[in-house]
Amino acid sequence: MRNLHLATAAAAAALWAGAAMAGNAPGVTDTQITIGNTNPYSGPASSYGTIGKSIGACWNWVNDTGGINGRKIKWISLDDGYSPPKTKEQVRKLVEKEKVAFTFQTLGTPTNSAVHKYMNKKKVPHLFVATGATKWGQPKKFPWTMGWQPNYQTVGAIFGNYILQNHPNGKVAVMYQNDDYGKDYVIGMKRAMGDAYAKQVVKVETYEVTDPTIDSQIVSLSGSGADVFVNISIPKFAAQAIKKMHAIGWKPAHLLNDVAASISSTYKPAGVEKAKGIISVDFYKDPNDPEWKDDPETIAWRAWMDKYYPGGDKDNKMNAYGYAVCHTMIEVLKNAGDDLSRENIMKQAASLHKVHIPMMLPGMFADTSPTDFYPIEQMQMTRFDGTRSIRFGPLISAETE
Amino acid sequence: MTSIDTKSMAIPANPATTSVLFGVKLPTLKLAVTIIGVALALILPFSVESFTVFQLTQVLVYAIAVLGLNLLTGFNGQFSLGHSAFYALGAYTAAIMVDRYEIAFYWTILPAGVICFIGGFLFGLPALRLEGLFLALATFALAVATPQLLRYEHFEGFTGGVQGIDLFKPESPVGALGDDQWLYFVVLVCGVVLLVGARNLTQGRTGRAMMAIRDNPLAARTMGINTSLYKSVTFGVSGAYTGIAGALGAAVAEFVAPDSFTFFLSVWLLVGMVIGGLGSIPAAIVGGLFILYVPNISEALIAQFFGDDPSAKALIGVAFGCFLIFAVYVMPNGLAGFVRWFVVRYARPGV
Amino acid sequence: MDQFLQQTLSGLANGAIYASLALAVVMIYQAIDHFNFAQGEMAMFSTFIAWQLIAWGAPYWVAFLVCLAISFIGGMAIERIIFAPIHDAPALSHVVVFIALTLIFNAMAGFTWEFTIKEFPSPFPAELPFKTTLIGPHELGIVGITLIMLGLIYVFFRFTPVGLAMRAAAASPDSALLVGISVKKMLGLGWGLAAAIGAVAGMMIAPVVFLEPNMMLGILLYGFAGAVVGGLTSPGGAVVGGFLMGVLENLAGAYVIGSELKLTFALVVIVTVLLFRPAGLFGRVVVQRV
Repeated sequence: MRNLHLATAAAAAALWAGAAMAGNAPGVTDTQITIGNTNPYSGPASSYGTIGKSIGACWNWVNDTGGINGRKIKWISLDDGYSPPKTKEQVRKLVEKEKVAFTFQTLGTPTNSAVHKYMNKKKVPHLFVATGATKWGQPKKFPWTMGWQPNYQTVGAIFGNYILQNHPNGKVAVMYQNDDYGKDYVIGMKRAMGDAYAKQVVKVETYEVTDPTIDSQIVSLSGSGADVFVNISIPKFAAQAIKKMHAIGWKPAHLLNDVAASISSTYKPAGVEKAKGIISVDFYKDPNDPEWKDDPETIAWRAWMDKYYPGGDKDNKMNAYGYAVCHTMIEVLKNAGDDLSRENIMKQAASLHKVHIPMMLPGMFADTSPTDFYPIEQMQMTRFDGTRSIRFGPLISAETE
Repeated sequence: MTSIDTKSMAIPANPATTSVLFGVKLPTLKLAVTIIGVALALILPFSVESFTVFQLTQVLVYAIAVLGLNLLTGFNGQFSLGHSAFYALGAYTAAIMVDRYEIAFYWTILPAGVICFIGGFLFGLPALRLEGLFLALATFALAVATPQLLRYEHFEGFTGGVQGIDLFKPESPVGALGDDQWLYFVVLVCGVVLLVGARNLTQGRTGRAMMAIRDNPLAARTMGINTSLYKSVTFGVSGAYTGIAGALGAAVAEFVAPDSFTFFLSVWLLVGMVIGGLGSIPAAIVGGLFILYVPNISEALIAQFFGDDPSAKALIGVAFGCFLIFAVYVMPNGLAGFVRWFVVRYARPGV
Repeated sequence: MDQFLQQTLSGLANGAIYASLALAVVMIYQAIDHFNFAQGEMAMFSTFIAWQLIAWGAPYWVAFLVCLAISFIGGMAIERIIFAPIHDAPALSHVVVFIALTLIFNAMAGFTWEFTIKEFPSPFPAELPFKTTLIGPHELGIVGITLIMLGLIYVFFRFTPVGLAMRAAAASPDSALLVGISVKKMLGLGWGLAAAIGAVAGMMIAPVVFLEPNMMLGILLYGFAGAVVGGLTSPGGAVVGGFLMGVLENLAGAYVIGSELKLTFALVVIVTVLLFRPAGLFGRVVVQRV
């Protein structure tokens, strides 16, 4: 019986090796690796398009500096307008027609959901998708798909725990964006707070991305008498909320999600004085925080922006995000060496051991294993003091399902 | 005066059947074009790769939806910016039947049509009182509200909420055909049935009544046409066509989610209809091709001109907009209008 | 009660935003007898021009006026260059061109100014002379500006020869030509004025919602709704409609159905109003002659 097991293991190993040596993935030659991507470059979600653009700029830089192990990157990034059927079409085009080795940072939850099964059926690496949903880290069910950023539920849980510890008797008001992103935060909060959620949360409001303003929601929330406000919104609405709260004189403890925790795209437009005291979480550096003025990585990032993405906005934190995720990919490809089979690329992506990624907060790293498909799981809480976001408390590691 | 003038969109009457173009009698020419079209539709899926077959299937799906809209606007003069709602209703009907009740996909197409017919008919009743821009706003409202309703938490048990529903396209029962080719033919058969249906509908008594209402509602009523009934039924039929397209589209994309059915889908269907040509049935195919391929062409053009410059991606919308303007300049009455004009201009009276 | 008052007032402030855009919608409707679906994006683009001028160091009012001038000329140019050649094309073909313009303006703004939200200054003092948390100075300012614009438009269409000629040219181009009105000129002028009014609306809206290329997406819907509910032929109706939309939306969201279905509810109201008043609250019913 034991021998049989051994034999099976040996056969499996041989198979693995066979697969690994079966040759490189489509799209890989001695001089080039073709990588596919979709991003919303047009349509109502086009503000996210800068992530795809900054990654494109990153590959231009990689190619100018000699490529990876002698291979240049061919980056094919297509517009899906944030429409799932179009994503399906574009991803099929990338895989079947453009013959990309793998896709990287395809953006959006509904859009990636549309190709989730397809990529796994086709056994094409679906790497570091640009969404914080929890479903991207299921190595057993979906061995070819991997997320990157800390998932939204984790952040929600961090807020939930913070409330339990610091405002055990506080009355909580919640506002979230009425889509998967907003709802995931609330799920995380509920998970962390348990019964306390129903007891402490006195008012919940939602908004649509197409809402002109959220003034009405803020008025309702302030009327609930809450002294803690969990604000799950994108920068535009976060800034509106900060302004409106100031105007009506509502001053709860303000917990703002990481998506909007940016000095130049949220606090400055709203007025830094009004944003003072906001508590948030983060995992990468806000390049406009004076804290990182002399930080070598941020200086390098600025120089790179100037040279490779001059049209890009240095006030936009997403361009630092794109830079960081691109460096994660570079690491994986470097580790893969000359074995650029799809199996090996996936294997390398699943064996990042405490890798430091530029623009991440100090002490943080990307870490994966064959059973852990969540590369970045640490975050740190911050408090905005009027000029910079002061980090406080330990690095919080997410509990991963 | 406050209406979007659909009368002037009516395409000039058919030239005499005895006219001659390129030395061929018109009916013969028409037959030849039809035969070539059918032959192409049958041969293409075997001569291109399966990705292109998938794209062509999507083209057919859009064509059916455009046809549905055209029945309403082109033939009946009612303006709608809300057809994404019917498309969504059809898609969700199919997806829920397949996912929750494990019904084979083929059996969901007709129910999707029936449900959307009822939906369209019911929406058509209040729409009776609205004309032109007022109807446009009411339908616009419907389209905008659709994703919000699909996400509504009390419907989540059915709709899957923000996560949407996965479904698989039917597997090919014929060994010689791949799954993509099989689905193509399923959609093609549906499309041909619907196309012939639309042709018979519009060329018969019903069609004349529909067009009479479009051209002069008052006169139509005087002649004893029950305008209310015809208008609501047309809304229902139009909804059913678009709903069937939605069900087929759900199988093509193998996924439905609220974000798949935003108001922009309505806009693209409208654009497809206008570019194809109002009041023309075959023009729907041109509309489908336009909706699918022109954004891709715009994208390729920008990539061609600007290469790796990351900022240039933002210009895809500009290229697409220019294409639209160009299309309207060259063919203000759509391709169908252009063809009619060409025939009228160059056909010679025959013997 | 304080809550209710606050919701109503914040609804009025939102309503002023919709009303100012609704005015631009009615303006172009009076001039070309049609909706301009690109109105929102044109207003957004104008606002970006003003923002750029201010960023370059121009004082607010200089930027404001220059922006108005540029928008006016730009509006006329769009009519001359883009719409004049397809003047005889069917109405729905014009709609396609409007959609095209929407895409082009949106993409151009994103390309030029990126998508990070921008702060746009308010011309009004930072503090009100009396103390209240119910309404902010800028919100009050928008209400004022909207009413002033309304007054100007009313006077323009009612009492000035140009305004009368413009209405005539839109309502009945052939008869207008017969009495010696240059329909062409009127069209261009209408476009210019609509673009300028849109620019004012944009510059009033931007300090509230923050400036970015997709700023008008949601507002346009409510602006159109306001204009239609009020009655497309009546500037006063459009303003009332805009305010109504703002207040209704807030109160429904806060007290009736919750924010999750706010939009759906607002739209049900629109359809209901239209069922009972098919030409809008203040619109003229057009009687058709047989």
